[in-house]
Amino acid sequence: MAALYSDFWARLFKNKLAVAGLAVVVALFFVAVFAHSFAPYPPDLIDTSQVLEAPSKQHFLGTDILGRDVLSRMIHGAGVSLSVGFVAVGISTFIAVILGALAGYYGGVVERIVMRFVDIMLCFPSFFLILAVIAFIGPSIYNIMIVIGVTSWMGVTRLVRAEFLSLKERDFVQAAIAQGASDLRVIFIHCLPNAMAPVLVAATLGVAHAVLVESSLSFLGIGVQPPDPSWGNMLTEGKDNIEIAWWLSVFPGLAILITVMGYNLLGEGIRDTLDPRLRR
Amino acid sequence: MASYLAKRLIMMIPVLLGITIISFAVMKMAPGDPTSLLTDLNPNINEEAVKRIRAHYGLDEPWHVQYLKWLRSMLMLDFGRSFASDSRPVIDKIMERIPVTLMLNILSMILTIGVAIPIGVMSAVKQNSLADKGTTVFVFLGFAMPTFWLALLLMILFGVKLDWLPISGLRSLNYADLSLPARALDVAKHLILPVFVAAFGGLAGMSRYMRSNMLEVIRQDYITTARAKGLDERTVIYRHAFRNALLPVITLLGLSVPGLIGGSVIFETIFAIPGMGQLFYQSVMMRDYPTIMGVLVIGAVLTLLGNLLADVSYALADPRIRVSD
Repeated sequence: MAALYSDFWARLFKNKLAVAGLAVVVALFFVAVFAHSFAPYPPDLIDTSQVLEAPSKQHFLGTDILGRDVLSRMIHGAGVSLSVGFVAVGISTFIAVILGALAGYYGGVVERIVMRFVDIMLCFPSFFLILAVIAFIGPSIYNIMIVIGVTSWMGVTRLVRAEFLSLKERDFVQAAIAQGASDLRVIFIHCLPNAMAPVLVAATLGVAHAVLVESSLSFLGIGVQPPDPSWGNMLTEGKDNIEIAWWLSVFPGLAILITVMGYNLLGEGIRDTLDPRLRR
Repeated sequence: MASYLAKRLIMMIPVLLGITIISFAVMKMAPGDPTSLLTDLNPNINEEAVKRIRAHYGLDEPWHVQYLKWLRSMLMLDFGRSFASDSRPVIDKIMERIPVTLMLNILSMILTIGVAIPIGVMSAVKQNSLADKGTTVFVFLGFAMPTFWLALLLMILFGVKLDWLPISGLRSLNYADLSLPARALDVAKHLILPVFVAAFGGLAGMSRYMRSNMLEVIRQDYITTARAKGLDERTVIYRHAFRNALLPVITLLGLSVPGLIGGSVIFETIFAIPGMGQLFYQSVMMRDYPTIMGVLVIGAVLTLLGNLLADVSYALADPRIRVSD
């Protein structure tokens, strides 16, 4: 495995778009972790003498309805968005790997039940399902992570199943089975590492998707709750003041766009690097 | 064809059952139960009364009995009465909203197809040209653009700064006083932004998909044959390649139904359009559980029907499908 991908980074760095994506991802990571050092003001510092100020030297991206610095709130919002993205993708990937591996490896009834479950889940407009669950369990950042996670595993489950179906027939797996390796060993030691490439790509793209969903939910007021800053709920303020303060609507949205694009570019780059045959 | 259709319909039954099971599970996820809204904060209520209310709603029965009862009322399209102040039957509230949402989604689908397919074909035929590269950039932007943000930007530009288009509702306040053509124009003006926003997300995916289909088809032997026998390039592209590349788009249209219906929550809320998405949002905000359940189940059934429609159209368009099945 290590040898197979030894030139991974070298190949990834040849792809300009992927490097751009990686740069965005890494930069965002540092912004999120060191938000307190980067932000010029505390994110919830209210200054009633500076309400709805347009961008200026003091406040690069302006101030909001309570006189809080928009740039500082956006910097702190990065951590919120990314943590939702990572945890949600962690949950969905975990579910997908387990269900996909079981379906692909065992086949038969197990496979039929899992795949039918996937079909059923795909019938729900995912946004409806997410909103309905949130309505019942209440909005909070943790609930959002869980709900996005448990409603977005279906595609990856199909991927993992397909990988396992073909891996199961390969000689090295058959050899392991013939040697009497337990099912668990065959699944986790022999098959799973070889099925990780498409999972890694899907997870990277999944972070982008989760960030988009989180911001939409927060925008609708059922995601991250104020006063905690999130790019989505900052845009709600933008909508409320759409006639007078364009900067409240423009900058947080731009942050979402750049983040999502960064993860998408990196994901596509990893796909091209790991499997050139998939290049479109 | 009839047997294909019958097979498809029978396959829908377990999926429909699954939809109801998952919806029921979602409903049971609520902490406490629906009666706690009536009882928790009411000081005049005693143990006895709580029991009576629970029995009245059948909540003292085991969950599988509750599920079967709920399923029976679902099958008769009885979703109960809304918790909102109007207490109307949920099914009536949903039914009057569905046409608006369907109209918006169909219009945006037509726009998506009308724009994405020519773009996809063009960038495939002129692969690696400047136009193709421009399209690729646009596609990445489209994938990353939060719909609600795009809506906000367009509202600022066309609604506030330029003041060309209305930014909320489906009709102006003076709608009743307008003549018939003026009414049509009024609704059309209200529809421009929502339809464009709804279509935008699909544009990127669809044009990308059309491009890769076209590239795939152009490499086939029968295209080489068509060229070899001296047909001009236009005929090769539009008669031989285009038709075959178009087929899989039907499937993609079917797959995009849940996204469109789900997305309607966002743009109907932003543009204040009285459709199913807005109804859903309002009922989520006020915990109107019967309406939430109704919209959830109907939304899933609509998706299922959309997929069925796509599969049947595909089978009609491509004889290989219905024969091999």
